[in-house]
Amino acid sequence: MSNAPLLKLSGMEQVFETKKGPVPAVGGVDLEVKPGKVLCLVGESGCGKTTTARAAAGLTKPTAGTVEFRGKNLAEMTAAERGQYRRAVQYIHQDPYAALNPTRTVFSTLSAGLKKHGIVKNRTEARAKAAELLQLVDLTPPESYLDSYPHQLSGGQRQRVNVARSLALNPDLLICDESTSMLDVSIRVSLLNTLGRLRDELDVGFLFITHDLAVAKYFAWDGEIAVMYLGKVVEHGPTPEVIGNPQHPYTKALIGAVCEPDPDLAKANRSAEQLRSAEIPSLRDLPAGCAFHPRCPAFEPGLCDAAEPPLQATPSRRKLSCHVVHRDLQRATPDATLTFDAVPGSRRPETESAL
Amino acid sequence: MSTVDAAILKPRKQFGETFFGRVWTGLTRSPAGFAGTVLVLGIVLFSFVGPLVVNQDNPTDTTQIWTEPSSAHWLGTQYEGKDTFTILVNSGAEPIWVGTLAALMAVFVAVVFGSAAGYFRGKIDAVLLQLTDVTVTIPQFLLMLAVVAFFDDIPAWGIAFVVGSTMWAFLFRSIRAQVMSLKEREFVEAARLQDLGTARIVFREILPNMAGFIFVNFVIAVNQAIYAIVGLYVLGLMPSGTPNWGLMIHQSWSQNFYLNPVAMPFVLAPLLMIVLFTIGLVTMGRGLDQALNPRLRER
Repeated sequence: MSNAPLLKLSGMEQVFETKKGPVPAVGGVDLEVKPGKVLCLVGESGCGKTTTARAAAGLTKPTAGTVEFRGKNLAEMTAAERGQYRRAVQYIHQDPYAALNPTRTVFSTLSAGLKKHGIVKNRTEARAKAAELLQLVDLTPPESYLDSYPHQLSGGQRQRVNVARSLALNPDLLICDESTSMLDVSIRVSLLNTLGRLRDELDVGFLFITHDLAVAKYFAWDGEIAVMYLGKVVEHGPTPEVIGNPQHPYTKALIGAVCEPDPDLAKANRSAEQLRSAEIPSLRDLPAGCAFHPRCPAFEPGLCDAAEPPLQATPSRRKLSCHVVHRDLQRATPDATLTFDAVPGSRRPETESAL
Repeated sequence: MSTVDAAILKPRKQFGETFFGRVWTGLTRSPAGFAGTVLVLGIVLFSFVGPLVVNQDNPTDTTQIWTEPSSAHWLGTQYEGKDTFTILVNSGAEPIWVGTLAALMAVFVAVVFGSAAGYFRGKIDAVLLQLTDVTVTIPQFLLMLAVVAFFDDIPAWGIAFVVGSTMWAFLFRSIRAQVMSLKEREFVEAARLQDLGTARIVFREILPNMAGFIFVNFVIAVNQAIYAIVGLYVLGLMPSGTPNWGLMIHQSWSQNFYLNPVAMPFVLAPLLMIVLFTIGLVTMGRGLDQALNPRLRER
């Protein structure tokens, strides 16, 4: 397994022009996804997760910066390279109702790509392959789904058809945009396990977007988490580090906001610092200095609202953009407010086969 | 992967699942759709097969002018003593095939241009939009009058061409708008992610979603075209060679036959045919709409 990144975003920016002025949805993001690894993007609504993912999937052109796939810049690819990229990178939409064509059967949806790219020779092969794909996503027996229309399926079934379709072309990289958020919990876990199998057995890389930290913790335990806030990555590091020992005040707030069924833990979490404001600043009118400073509990006037904090490496194996934390680190005051199990209800099972 | 059951390899395809089977079940399932289909088919058979069956020998007979309906003359005779029923049988074919041809042309042009403009946008869209702006501002009927007056001996397909060329613009606009909205849908994006190619995306992913709409518009276009052609005949602007509904109405009107009670079958028969055909087309269109929409199909 080579360690070269599958996907590399460097300094990627996406500015949308609107009538009220430019909206910088993503303002300079550097990310890497390696084969067989998961990069989880978390953050609240409107922070640019989906915009980043869409640019990575080649659905939109970034206004600045580059998207590289296997070392090749997306903007400079030849038609043949682009075709390869298109097949190797698949994107799973969030809404399973909108992502399937209502006039096509499941078989027709699954087999379109197979036929187009010569993966199957004839109809019999196509049906066999489509049935195989359905089995892969636990839609069994396949023959009872192949000839169904999307409106005859439930939301969870449709989402699994979506996933099956994205697997049809044997992708190297899957970009999942909240792909499990519309599923009920039991199906979510079985789908995550299916995706996990692809990750481990076929070395498929994942760019996994979620606002559910429990899902992030479960699926991306061996990978990395990047926390986004208003179009920028504020904390980026290995999942156990970021979840177990969050450093950035925003990450702490995110983790502190997760509901906790255990009252003792809940009390501990509540004692964590509270945000100063729940309001998200407008992207059109970003605050000066650190974009998080109007809400940040660690806000220090004169420091945070003066200059934008750079995304710097810290000794604890992660990158972080916060003036206060970096200064405190230089003064060598250790900071650990939250426990390893800060994300409740998501304790990673000791043995994965238990599920 | 596990071995696949042989049963999977064969699609469970019943009659209702092929395209024509679907159209047929859609047309016959609801009573209204069925009645409409029967009406349309009946009138089409009457007009196209009828002339082959009915004795075409229909001479002028001065002793038989304006007779009441009888066993020899089912709808009586007209002002020259010819059999009205024979005339009626021969009158339907031309309006129907000219109207259908005109509608086919208009719908074809509207679908091809409309989906190209809506899908590709840009220059092609701007040019086509300008073209429709011009087409829409031309008064349809005046253009037809001018063309018919200018080309004395215009063939029937020429009329179809003129009628069709004025009808496509409105349908073009609604198809363009629908394609523009459908192409932003996630399932089209998903098809693009699978690199399925533009032709497949437009024809297999987008257009089937508006098949019902296109069929209904085709039916409406047939209707409009028949009106336009009959209208030209009624106004007496067309060469009066072949018998047709419009010509019958023209004669009834210009020679005041409608004042003569005995002439009523001759006056009313073509009107009744047009009204029945229109009603049939509209109800059939509704049935088709339901048949082609998988969600409506199941109800």
